[in-house]
Amino acid sequence: MLAYTIRRILLMVPTLLGVAILVFLMLRLMPGDIVETMLREGGGNVPAHVIEQERVRLGLDKPIHIQFISWFGGILQGDFGASMWTGKPVLHEIGSRLELSLQIALMATFLAVLIALPLGTLAAIFKNTIVDHVIRVISIAGLAIPSFWLGMVIILLLLTFYGWIPPLTFTSFFEDPWRNLSQLIWPAMAVGYRYSAVATRMARSSILEVMQEDYIRTARAKGVYERLVVARHGMRNALLPVITVIGLEFAFLIGGLVVTEQVFNLNGIGRLFVQATTRGDYTMIQGLVLLVAVTFIMVNFLIDMLYAALDPRIRYK
Amino acid sequence: MPTLVEARAHPAFREASKGREAPLLSVQDLHLHFVTSRGVVRAVEGISYEVHPGEMVAIVGESGCGKSVSALSIMRLLPKLTARIVSGKIMFNGRNLLDLSDSEMRSVRGKDISMIFQEPMTSLNPVLKIGFQLTEALYMHQQISKTAARERALELLKMVGIPDPERRLDQYPHQFSGGMRQRVMIAIGLACNPKLIIADEPTTALDVTIQAQILKLMKDLSRDLGIAMIVITHNLGIVARYADRVNVMYAAKMVEQADAESIFSTPRHPYTIGLLRSVPRLDRPREGKLATIEGLPPNLLSPPSGCRFADRCKAAIDTCRASDPQLRPMDEGQLVRCFRAEEIAERGPEAFGLAPPHGEARSAKTIDRSKPLLKLDRLETFFDVSSGFSLFGSEKSIVKAVNDVSLDIYQGETLGLVGESGCGKTTVGRTILQLEKATGGTIRYREKDLAQLSSDEMKKVRRDIQVIFQDPFSSLNPRMTIGQIIAEPMLVYKLQPNRKAARERVSDLLTTVGLYPYMADRYPHELSGGQRQRVGIARALALEPSFIVCDEPVSALDVSIQAQVINLLEELQERLGLTYLFIAHDLAVVRHISDRVAVMYLGRMMELADRDELYDNPLHPYTKALLDAVPVPDARLERERDHRILGGEVPSPLRPPQGCVFSTRCPLASKECRQEVPPLREIRPNHYAACIKL
Repeated sequence: MLAYTIRRILLMVPTLLGVAILVFLMLRLMPGDIVETMLREGGGNVPAHVIEQERVRLGLDKPIHIQFISWFGGILQGDFGASMWTGKPVLHEIGSRLELSLQIALMATFLAVLIALPLGTLAAIFKNTIVDHVIRVISIAGLAIPSFWLGMVIILLLLTFYGWIPPLTFTSFFEDPWRNLSQLIWPAMAVGYRYSAVATRMARSSILEVMQEDYIRTARAKGVYERLVVARHGMRNALLPVITVIGLEFAFLIGGLVVTEQVFNLNGIGRLFVQATTRGDYTMIQGLVLLVAVTFIMVNFLIDMLYAALDPRIRYK
Repeated sequence: MPTLVEARAHPAFREASKGREAPLLSVQDLHLHFVTSRGVVRAVEGISYEVHPGEMVAIVGESGCGKSVSALSIMRLLPKLTARIVSGKIMFNGRNLLDLSDSEMRSVRGKDISMIFQEPMTSLNPVLKIGFQLTEALYMHQQISKTAARERALELLKMVGIPDPERRLDQYPHQFSGGMRQRVMIAIGLACNPKLIIADEPTTALDVTIQAQILKLMKDLSRDLGIAMIVITHNLGIVARYADRVNVMYAAKMVEQADAESIFSTPRHPYTIGLLRSVPRLDRPREGKLATIEGLPPNLLSPPSGCRFADRCKAAIDTCRASDPQLRPMDEGQLVRCFRAEEIAERGPEAFGLAPPHGEARSAKTIDRSKPLLKLDRLETFFDVSSGFSLFGSEKSIVKAVNDVSLDIYQGETLGLVGESGCGKTTVGRTILQLEKATGGTIRYREKDLAQLSSDEMKKVRRDIQVIFQDPFSSLNPRMTIGQIIAEPMLVYKLQPNRKAARERVSDLLTTVGLYPYMADRYPHELSGGQRQRVGIARALALEPSFIVCDEPVSALDVSIQAQVINLLEELQERLGLTYLFIAHDLAVVRHISDRVAVMYLGRMMELADRDELYDNPLHPYTKALLDAVPVPDARLERERDHRILGGEVPSPLRPPQGCVFSTRCPLASKECRQEVPPLREIRPNHYAACIKL
């Protein structure tokens, strides 16, 4: 198990390096750079030497590999550089928004698991009965309805019945948990519904598949209570693919809530992503992509660890 | 025509069950239907049988005859949505199991009746410890403390012969071999001291030596603990060795019921006779062609109104097709569902063409042994299985799948290659076909070293060496028609000028293998297993090869179908002058079809001799053990035979034993055996064995 863990951790290094190189190169393939966006936006006629000066200040005049080395060298020392737009450190900019995005992602995951596992299990056990059909309608609706639309509906309802509008500022959970939760529960619900729908479908089909296995028949032949057959013999095997879906979805939520954040007026990672991209803020985009990559890699690592914990065949390989 | 109830009142039947205790289990006129989208499948129609305490009852039949589902219905483990028990009773200990509530039934399962399944590899939960899976049934049915349960689990593992039980309790199923898992399944079945154990093909997935161990274990436990057993199997040898009473099923109905001895000495139903005559016999030299049961079992969606077997029966008369016979008692005490049973009893099955007359031996082949067609010289095929990414630079793991194998195969002969799983027999075939790369030694085909050939020359050789695979279900592309499948190699080699010519050739080939030209437009799923295997043969023949590697070509087929395919292979050999390398684990089939036989174990050749020489005078201890392990379908003979059962299991090919690879299981092994690998020596004329004790 230890060797397996160490191997998994070591495997993360080349993956991250690859992501860093790729994002660095791809950004520089895009036409136009931040200096032009910053200075010529709105048709202002800025002389060429000013632009050149600005390029030199930001280090954009150097050959690409030199730029990469200085950027990557910084990262190795924990310095992700400064935003080319605001001039503030990238880590600071991301950090102030990460708390919010992370909290929504966690809350949405929690909600989704809470909904998906019971519904998925029920749907599988009562396959092709009214229970299954109702759950299918609920989960397919979840897949079909965009989160931002659901978000708008939630806001409209809250506004109509309680006169609540999304607050303009974010309150940290550590300052005022109640205020924080009452603000974030709604976007978490809007996002979590779709999320739960994906997981419900996965849980249903996975449980159905596992319940066909020979060892389920063995358990029944032993005279095990049907409830225990499902919980003890079925679920643990069926959970593996569900965990994968939940983990990947979680990683997506960290950077992917662009529109929902807009709807609920939240200043999260998603919005920062959009801003940085439209501004061509290289260092910021690089930092953000690395963040998302790290999240995906960490989540994958956790999934692998969970797999190993749940499935001895992986542990002892 | 007496009905079943009358049959039971018949003096002969009463005689047979006189002096016995009341039956433990009695299945009475059970009817079971499956409701499917295509209609109602009548899977079991009116079967009745009894099991007495301590008795071993066999239910025999081919796939789809309803033997497994009838057993599952005793446990009430059939899929709830589709299976319907329409009528009948299953009396167990004075209660009708079909009347019990779900929770009452649950308390019967695992406590009074246990079940052992076919697939030991998938029947245990992979994520739970063996100890837990063993004790689970105890917790379900008894008030028992944790320590007491663990004690019992240890005792059970010892009882089923698992070494080092203390450590094994905390392991997971994947750390056990197939045979060991089946022992664990038996231990689980025994946990609550059941009165009845139902074993559904308990050894079908296991190698013969392991099969013999498991069956002996079951028989001993049943005798010592007084547990009744129902064994469901298609293997008549197993029935002969272990069963007390035999029930033969065909197409959802019981066709013959008798004690084991009568079934084998005086079978009366044409189907039973056919089954017995279509399996090759390990204990007898071959006698001409195998008897076959032509055709296929009826579709149970719309079974024929008369006798179910009439369409395949050589003794069928008009009455058989017009009305359905009842199960009737014969004078010997057996029950037979056949109008002509008395006539068959009187005149013998040969008179009806149900069995070929004795003594019709196939004319001996003359094989020119001056020049081998294929010559393997010290062939080695090693696989590197060390993991690609390793932290501490672990040592290389090499599986020596084929190690130092030398072999000559002559034009026109069939060389049988036998051994248990993992012995390397399939790898030998794959290496000859150049599907695996030889890591050492040479393969000479028509005196040319295959490794030295140019790609053009190699292409010609590939055409000349063809293959028939084991699994007729997965070796045909489901998206191609039969015609496309057979024509493909011809078009690759541009053997036919155009598609029309290719089509004609396909028709010829289909006829050659006993199919019909119209089948060229069918897809594989529309054919039965035996028909698909014929397609596989036709595909191999399409390139007009001289040499065919047959890799377990009949092991996935039912016995009656198996005989058809074996006969076809033999006929084609005679007609087309083919040479076969026949790879199989079934020693009886190999004896029937081969001219010479080679035995492999853990990558090495153990023995090589002419067929009858090898079977009649086996020299190597491994060959002897293999032959002892195989049960012969003859109850009297089996009961007289002295069964020396080979203990232990095949060691891991990653760490083969030092010296002779068989030394860890060999009854003769001594210190010298572990020092050097014994070479294959000619011990008698043309009889080679790799053992220093000879």
